[in-house]
Formats: sequence, C-alpha cells, structure tokens
Amino acid sequence: MNQHSKKDAERGLRRAVCVVIGSLLLTPTAWGEQRFPPPDFEGGYQLPATSTPPARAEWFQYLDGAVLLGALGLALWLVYRRRSRRGVAALSLFSLAYFGLYRKGCVCAIGSVQNVALALADPHYALPFSVLLFFLAPLLAALFAGRAFCAAVCPQGALQDWMLLKPVKVPGWLEAALGLIPPLFLGAGVISAATGGGFWICRYDPLVPFFRFSGSAWMLGLGVAFLLVGIFVGRPYCRFLCPYGALLRYASAAAQWKVKVTPAACTRCALCRETCPFGALREPREKPKSHTQARRRLAMMLCLVPVWTGLGAWAGSRLGAPAGWFGGWAGLVIGGKLAALAMGRPQTDFEPEPGACFACARCFEACPEERLRRGWKPEEEPKA
Amino acid sequence: MSTQPEPVNRRDFLGRAARVAAMTGAGALIGKLAGTLAPGGAVWQIDPAKCTRCGKCATDCVLEQSAVKCIHAYAICGYCELCTGYFGPEPNALTTAAENQLCPTAAIQRTFVEDPYYQYRIDEALCIGCAKCVSGCNQYGNGSLFLQIRHDRCVHCNVCAIARVCPSDAIVRVPAERPYLLKTAPTTS
Repeated sequence: MNQHSKKDAERGLRRAVCVVIGSLLLTPTAWGEQRFPPPDFEGGYQLPATSTPPARAEWFQYLDGAVLLGALGLALWLVYRRRSRRGVAALSLFSLAYFGLYRKGCVCAIGSVQNVALALADPHYALPFSVLLFFLAPLLAALFAGRAFCAAVCPQGALQDWMLLKPVKVPGWLEAALGLIPPLFLGAGVISAATGGGFWICRYDPLVPFFRFSGSAWMLGLGVAFLLVGIFVGRPYCRFLCPYGALLRYASAAAQWKVKVTPAACTRCALCRETCPFGALREPREKPKSHTQARRRLAMMLCLVPVWTGLGAWAGSRLGAPAGWFGGWAGLVIGGKLAALAMGRPQTDFEPEPGACFACARCFEACPEERLRRGWKPEEEPKA
Repeated sequence: MSTQPEPVNRRDFLGRAARVAAMTGAGALIGKLAGTLAPGGAVWQIDPAKCTRCGKCATDCVLEQSAVKCIHAYAICGYCELCTGYFGPEPNALTTAAENQLCPTAAIQRTFVEDPYYQYRIDEALCIGCAKCVSGCNQYGNGSLFLQIRHDRCVHCNVCAIARVCPSDAIVRVPAERPYLLKTAPTTS
C-alpha cells in the first residue's frame, strides 16, 4: 500500500516534469499557447474589449471619386466657359486641401499608374475601384479637352502653382531635353511595379512628404529643392518629372477641344507668351513654301523610331529582361521625340501646345482681346 | 446642322483616330481589370503569427509616429504580477517606477485588479510601436501583446513602407471589411 502510493507519487512527479519540459519545448513555436492560464476573477472584473478602429469606410472611396469627377468637370467649365484664372486658382486650392492635406496625397492619379500596371501583371492583386477611376478619368478628360486636371485638380500641381512667384523662361533646348525625363520615369515606374520591384513613383515623389508633414530627410530635402526651384521655374515636377503628366501629354496631343487664348482674332502681340510661366505658347508659324525637305526629314525620323527602339531594347536586355523593356521604351521615347521635333506645325495665332499646356488660364487675362471682351479698363487690372 | 459636312483635314483625322484608339484601349483595360476590381479594396495589416518583433515598424512608417501600435488581447493575458512585457529584465521592484519599465515611452498602464492580478493597458497616444513589450510578452508570457496597424492612423500607401523592410514579410494585404488580424484565446482548454 505504502509502496504503491510512493510509486504513484513518483509517476505523478515524472508526468509533471514531462509536461513542464514538453510545454517549454512547445511554447516558443505554438502560437496562442498560454503559459499562464487566464485568471478567474472573483471581484467581478470585466475583460476590456480590444479596440479596432475601422478602416476608412467603403463609401469614402466613392466620395473621392465623386470629388475627382466634380473637380474635373468644374475645371473644364472654368477653363473653357468662364475662362477664369481666379476660378482655376481657387479650385486648385480646394484640391490641395482635399486631395493633398485631407487625403494625404493618396489615392492620386500619378501613383495609380503603378496599381494598374501591377493589376495587369499580377491577377491576384485586387485593384481598388477608386484607383482605376483616378487613372482613367483625368486621362480621358485630357484626351478630349487637355490637361485641366494638372491645373486645378492635382494637389502636387496646385502646391507648385501657388509657389510660383517669379517665373523665368527655360531655354527651349533645355525644356526639350528635360522633357524626356517624365516618360522615362513612367517606363521605369511601370516596369518596376509590374515586376514586383516596388512603387518607385510613390517612393520618389518629392511633394507627398509635405501633405503628410513627414518623410525621410532625403525626400524632404528633394521636396524643398523642388519648391524652391518652383519659385522661379513654373511647376518643375509637372514638367520635368511627373510620369502621369507624360501620359497626359500624349493624350492631350490628340485633344479635340484645345485652349484658345484669344476670343477674337489674334493680333500677335505676344503678351500671352510672356505670361505663360510654363513655356507652352507657340509662335505663329507660316506654312513653308515647299514641304519636300521637312517631309523627308520627318519620314526619316519616323523610320528611325523602330531602330531607336530596337537599339534600346538590345542594349537594355544585356542587363536583364526588365532593363530590356525599359531600354526599348527609352528608345521609343527618344525616337518619338525626335520625330515630334521634326514635325513643323503651321499656325496663324499664338496658341499653346496642347501637350505642354496645363490649362491654368493665366494667358486669357493677358490677351488684349479678352480684356476688351470683358470690358476691363487698363487701371482695373486684377492683381493675379 | 449644315447639310454639307466640313472637309476633314489630316490632323483632325489623326486626332480622331487617336481618340478612338485610346477609348478602345481604355475599354479593353476596364474589361481586363473588371474581374480583379475590389469594391472595398484591401488594407495593410500585420500577421502576428509572422511578426518577429524586430522594431522596424516604429522607424519605417511614412508617418512621423508610426501607424503601428501595440494592442492587447485581454482574453489571452495572464494578468501576471511580474509581467515580462511591462518590466525590464531584473527589475528593482515590481512597481510602476520608470526604471523598472521596459516601454521607452511608459505607454503601458499597470493597474491592480485583485490579488495577485494586474491589468496592463496600452495608451495608444504614447505607444510608438517599437515592439519591446511584444517581445518580452512573447518570450516569457502568453503573447497577449502584439502589433497591429491602426487604421485610424494608416494612410494606406500603395506599398507599405514597413512592408518593404519587414524581415519576415509579416505585413500583408487583408480585405477592408476585416482589417485586423487579432490574436484570440486558444479554443482548446
């Protein structure tokens, strides 16, 4: 009897040691295993609930979309019907407050390019509805009526537009050369997003840190540099970096309705050209007497486009497949730019180049014919 | 409407063709993506089962103060008097004195419930998501403290800046209707 109970005790001890060692071995790997059992409270203690603040409700997405469409429509109306610089400036301030400060620069049309690229490349990625809308709506608007999105709806554009104090002209050759950067950045960003290399366009956006009041020192420094340059050079990000702007530029080249400076006949006073801080206004150009030489040059440049593309793709593919895609795109961009430069467009009036014009409406008020139409006297000039 | 249609010049024709082509492209894009469109969208969240408490959540969020906070699943908590998530190693005394605490911002409030149990509550205004307490709790305790992305703070970046540096790929996209991956008490008793 005594021996029996001793044996029992020994077995019990052994079992206990087993359990302890086993639990020690198991607990680090087993998730949710409780080393200390939750107590049974006697004092009527209630377990506090773990709070889970919800994500932004779904309908807010549709609110963002509705605000985008509303602002886009209002921008087009202000530019084409009211021809009002003040209206456009006020709308841009609203966009800066809503899309920039309230939405903290996300969702934005510039970044949406990458989501669409990723959704096309990766069928498991769920594309939010609002992102597709932010990608398509400004693009389709530009396809019919130019880049009014840039002037009045984009918060990045609005921030720079309000920083512009003392515009200086950028020489044409520099403008053309720097203008190659946005499509190249677009290609790099799209390829990176599609191949899972991360969203470079968002990561290297210099203006978003201002919407969030935070960011790495590098990006904040870059943002400050862009804003400081933007005091003198109108919208440096939009013109020389924005990848979505590159898309809009291509789309608005085919625009049906274009910004027309003068409401009457152009007197060729060139005041509008002096007012445009973005170098978008083109001088009148006579129809050349003979087309032969220009046509030959254009034909040659067009023939060279595939050569450039192939060359770029070949050079890039030596570094890997994504670099090959990028090289091909870079070749296409450069070839296309050369062809565009060879294209001489005769025009009778001072007109903005559709791809470069942000439809900011500054030039309207500079036009003497527009002033006549509004019945302004010289001393009533608005300080805009 | 005039009965005589205006002659179309080459530039207008090319522009029209480009518009038609672009509209067709947009239509094709919508058609292609219609299947993958998520009406509610997805949000970022930390999978506590994968989290290694490395501390990058506190430093790599785009926000000045991280959107990641420590949260407490009270149902798992052992209400220990010597909480290894609250006290640093070898504390002088089991008191709320600052030198005893593990949390660098004193974001954990320790209150007496009944002998020998203490409640630990996270003050989210102070928590910086450094995961020191999470590490302590998981090493020696029940693992009731864990990190989550707080959706009242998260700005829903296209690619989460923390996900890019997370060593264990613990940050995943979850459907917006169920935005948290909470720890629950084990069902087996």
